[in-house]
Amino acid sequence: MKILKTLLVTAAVSVAMMATAQAETKKIALVVKALGIGFFEAANKGAQEAAKELGDVEVIYTGPTTTTAEGQIEVINSLIAQKVDAIAVSANDTNALVPALKKAMDRGIKVISWDSGVAPEGRSMHLNPSSNPLIGNMIIKLAADNLPEGGDVAVLSATATSTNQNVWIEEMTKVLPNYKGINVVATVYGDDLADKSYRETQGLIQSHPNLKAIIAPTSVGIVAAAQAVTDAGKIGQINVTGLGLPSEMAGHVKSGASKSFAIWNPIDLGYSATMIAYDLIGGAEAKPGAELKMGRMGTVKLDDKNEGAMADPFVYDASNVEEFAKIF
Amino acid sequence: MKLLLKNREMLLVVAIVALVALIALRFPPFVTPGNLANVYNDTSILIILALGQMAVILTRCIDLSMAANLALSGMVAAMINAAMPGLPIPLVILIAMALGALLGSINGLLVWKLDIPPIVVTLGTLTIYRGLIFLLSGGAWINAHQMSDAFKALPRAAVLGFPLLSWLSLVIIGIMVVVMRRTPLGRAFFAVGGNPHAAVYTGIDVGRTRFFAYCLSGTLAGLSGYLWVSRYAVAYVDIAAGFELDIIAACVIGGISIAGGIGSVGGALLGALFLGVIKNALPVINISPFAQMAISGMVIIIAVAVNARAEKRKGRVILRKAEAVHG
Repeated sequence: MKILKTLLVTAAVSVAMMATAQAETKKIALVVKALGIGFFEAANKGAQEAAKELGDVEVIYTGPTTTTAEGQIEVINSLIAQKVDAIAVSANDTNALVPALKKAMDRGIKVISWDSGVAPEGRSMHLNPSSNPLIGNMIIKLAADNLPEGGDVAVLSATATSTNQNVWIEEMTKVLPNYKGINVVATVYGDDLADKSYRETQGLIQSHPNLKAIIAPTSVGIVAAAQAVTDAGKIGQINVTGLGLPSEMAGHVKSGASKSFAIWNPIDLGYSATMIAYDLIGGAEAKPGAELKMGRMGTVKLDDKNEGAMADPFVYDASNVEEFAKIF
Repeated sequence: MKLLLKNREMLLVVAIVALVALIALRFPPFVTPGNLANVYNDTSILIILALGQMAVILTRCIDLSMAANLALSGMVAAMINAAMPGLPIPLVILIAMALGALLGSINGLLVWKLDIPPIVVTLGTLTIYRGLIFLLSGGAWINAHQMSDAFKALPRAAVLGFPLLSWLSLVIIGIMVVVMRRTPLGRAFFAVGGNPHAAVYTGIDVGRTRFFAYCLSGTLAGLSGYLWVSRYAVAYVDIAAGFELDIIAACVIGGISIAGGIGSVGGALLGALFLGVIKNALPVINISPFAQMAISGMVIIIAVAVNARAEKRKGRVILRKAEAVHG
């Protein structure tokens, strides 16, 4: 009787253990700058795709409702409490999130940043959607390609403190001498608000009568600039380009306000971030020179700052924008 | 000059003219009639919203949810248009206004029936309304190509050389002048804010008056929702985020006392114009973006400080008159 009881208990325990082993899905949190932004919704789509492919992964898509560092810190703290296995964050502030993320890493949570980076001490690696020099070159190339004879161009950025916009503009300035006759006459900031970006564009049109192109490396800015150019009756005179989402820009490409624009594929980005987080949970180490697996996207090689680039930005114009507008 | 300075509205007019002159020194094209008309057109939405906020503030309340109401009504208008492009635009506008009024009446009911402090009520509904947009849209944007051409064209349609948006704000100003000066409701707003206890004795229902003030601000926010979304040809969760502070700033600059009972349509209009001129001038006068916010804030504080002094002086005068009558 006693033996039978022991056997039964052992069996029950082992069944229970097997069940937990099978059900132990890895929780990867995708923390975005703010909920409700098309770009991040698309990244989530990619993350879910990765989760499906991996099988034992649950992706928690979360973020604050407005693009604040305070909001993200709250979200991160609640994720620590939920004991997730990894956090992949697109940061609203390079430094402000570091203490919260350090706390997460102390508890054994793998932390990576993607899209918009965190300072190195706050993450194990950073995944750039593309390399900054490539993006910087791309945005000025988009403007220059439509200006064979050169001309004045202006930049409409997000906020004056946005990490990635500032880096891209810096890289753009570096390669500017390669584009003969292109003058960058002004850099203004629309703060990623539709009304302020619209007003800043009106200001550019007024103060630079010879303006030929506006480069807006931000999805809110490029849409607002295109609308302002349309309303000012300057379609054909001023080409709005930069970084935007196909679904948001389709109308403006059709109207001619924007001839072309670029963006990496956010679906791929969310997919790759999830894959890398999974690779790290599985024991891979993020150190300079290491190659981390990104599933169908290949591998990413880390540089001496533990950063890696996913792919080149992709150009959208009248020929393909409709098709991609259906995707993201 | 002394007489001029005594009148708050005149003081503001002088300040606006001085401001425009100052801007013209740095960027002369700013003062061309065409550009000034553009500045007015750009400020139209702020004017409409400030007039709604004025009614609420006059009754000693505040409406922090106006920008969220605008965003929700605007999103609904855009979604209706995207789903049914054939629906006549005036009907879409009416729906947006009705929804705005409904959202405003929720604020009003909470303040009236449950007696919750207005700042708490509207802070709560602000978040709820923003959240609702997210629930409704699932976070997706409604973009230019999803809206019908008629939807986007209405505020831009030129009537006698000016966009309909400008005309619309002028009509609203006209209606508000009549409401505030010629209707019992307008007088009730002043009475309730000036002295709620005395208002009760004159037979005015304080809570109900506040309820109507919120309905009014909600309706105007709903209308502005459509105008905003069609003007910028995009609708998303965060549109007009933080705009409630601009609306309140316009009212405060316009001399509408946060303590209630003091203010005018002219004040709200001028306060909004003052902010509108600054917003439109900063991009063209080539000032560092880091300095821009500080400048905006400083200007608001200076304007309010001047207003506060004017208010104080006025208070004393009334008291002296009252003393004289009694003595």
